Amino acid sequence: MSVEDLYSEIVLEHYKEPHNVGEIEYPEIFAKGFNESCGDDIKIFAKVKNNIIEDIKFLGKGCAISQSSASMMTDLIKGKTLDEVKEFIKNFNKKITGEEEFPENSEEWFELSALKGVIKFPIRVKCASLAWHTLSQGIKDFENKQKK
Amino acid sequence: MLDVAKIKEDFPIFQRIIKGKNLIYLDSAATTQKPKQVIEAISNYYKYNNANVHRGAYTLSEESTAMYENARQIAAEFINASSSRSIVFTRNATEAINLVANAWGLEYFKPNDEILLTQMEHHSNLIPWQLIAKKTGAKLKFIYLDQNGKLDLRDINDKINKNTKFVSLVQISNSLGTINPVKYIIKLAHTYNVPIMIDATQSVPHTNVDVQELDCDFLVFSGHKMLGPTGIGVLYGKEDFLDKMPPYMGGGEMINEVHLDWADYRSIPWKFEAGTPNISGAIGLAAAIKYINSIGKKNIEQHEKTLTKFAIEELTKIDGVEIYGPLDDRGPLVAFNIKNVHPHDVSTILDEFGVAIRAGHHCTQPIMQWLNVPATVRASFYIYNSLDDIDVLIRGIKKTKEIFASVS
Repeated sequence: MSVEDLYSEIVLEHYKEPHNVGEIEYPEIFAKGFNESCGDDIKIFAKVKNNIIEDIKFLGKGCAISQSSASMMTDLIKGKTLDEVKEFIKNFNKKITGEEEFPENSEEWFELSALKGVIKFPIRVKCASLAWHTLSQGIKDFENKQKK
Repeated sequence: MLDVAKIKEDFPIFQRIIKGKNLIYLDSAATTQKPKQVIEAISNYYKYNNANVHRGAYTLSEESTAMYENARQIAAEFINASSSRSIVFTRNATEAINLVANAWGLEYFKPNDEILLTQMEHHSNLIPWQLIAKKTGAKLKFIYLDQNGKLDLRDINDKINKNTKFVSLVQISNSLGTINPVKYIIKLAHTYNVPIMIDATQSVPHTNVDVQELDCDFLVFSGHKMLGPTGIGVLYGKEDFLDKMPPYMGGGEMINEVHLDWADYRSIPWKFEAGTPNISGAIGLAAAIKYINSIGKKNIEQHEKTLTKFAIEELTKIDGVEIYGPLDDRGPLVAFNIKNVHPHDVSTILDEFGVAIRAGHHCTQPIMQWLNVPATVRASFYIYNSLDDIDVLIRGIKKTKEIFASVS
């Protein structure tokens, strides 16, 4: 695994033109994330209807890893139920920390596995998971509000 | 130029191979590497002299006390303080600033008094004052930067006035490399009878700092940024200023006589050193000072000037590299960015070349806001760096541009 593998074509494409960038007015889910060590920040907005994430957008400043990861994540979770998303985040965290292998021959994981170079650069795992942690926090806040 | 190959022999860490490459350490503004003379001074102290200081009349305690107090004398001479009573050992420059902000500020600041800082302060010379301002009702004022990243001298004249009750500023910016005209500002503060503190963390390791010549009232620096261990820093204060401050922390070491409801404190500097101090840290710092003196500040300054000038020349040649801060007359560090590449990505790729370089906000988020960037890459130099190191840095930057070619 070399540093070129870390910056694969898929990662660089998402970094150059990230998908789902923007704000959503009156979002059900909103969360801010911050990576103190490098100053990266991200805001995530999502529309939730009948427990399904209907739309999701993000605003962020950061490195190629954090921005491409946010771009791919927002592509993949649109249309999923909150429970599915929570499960997906859990799975992603296991893979990006090297606890589990990235699945092969899976359409859903095809682009995300471009991030697997990160495993060899432990300090960058935080970058790859910033968007995912932030969304996870947003869902938690949303569910807590629902309970009240 | 200094004989870098010979100097490197004193630093065990340069035997390390990082990702198959020799280590090129370009992050001395964050912390420097340590020569074996410092490492051995610390380990020898623990092997042969360890005992608590200022208590007990046995041989070891006498030895450790003498070594600790001798370190204070060496630190005093290093910045040409007239007496070692002016030297308070702290954990680092941050703790020294907090000590003054609390001990001076809580005693003397009133609502609407003004504390004058600059826009380029490290968080360590900003947050303590924010906290004190909140507690006392004092207000923070800032000297702003001009477009070159230097202090706007006209702004100083506007900001300092009869309401100003304290000035604190950095001598060399850790993000921009700017060298501030502290002597001029100290003089100006004194015409208004305002006490002034200098954060010399980035200047003391590299250039001659003479507190009597500067005439500053307080000055702080950290041991670990000048070849010493972490956990030891210095607060210099004029004796009458230190005398005027109540203790910052209470405990053992700082008292003469203790009753259940009152106590009598020791004189300066011990009044400010509650608890068992960092004895080995002070001894390590003294060894670091001896090492720096053996090379000579003039030689260090000359060496670093050559490195910095070369780095700026080479970086300027690369298309898409933006350098921050003044281009001439600067400290031994260069902050920059590569167009469309995040500093964190630059740092990861440079690590593959064995180059250790900082990417981040350098604890100066207000400067990042002023530059309108989230972060920068920063190369900072010291006595163990050579022109070859900068060549490798430049090669790494070119490689980074190649990898990110599709993005720019």
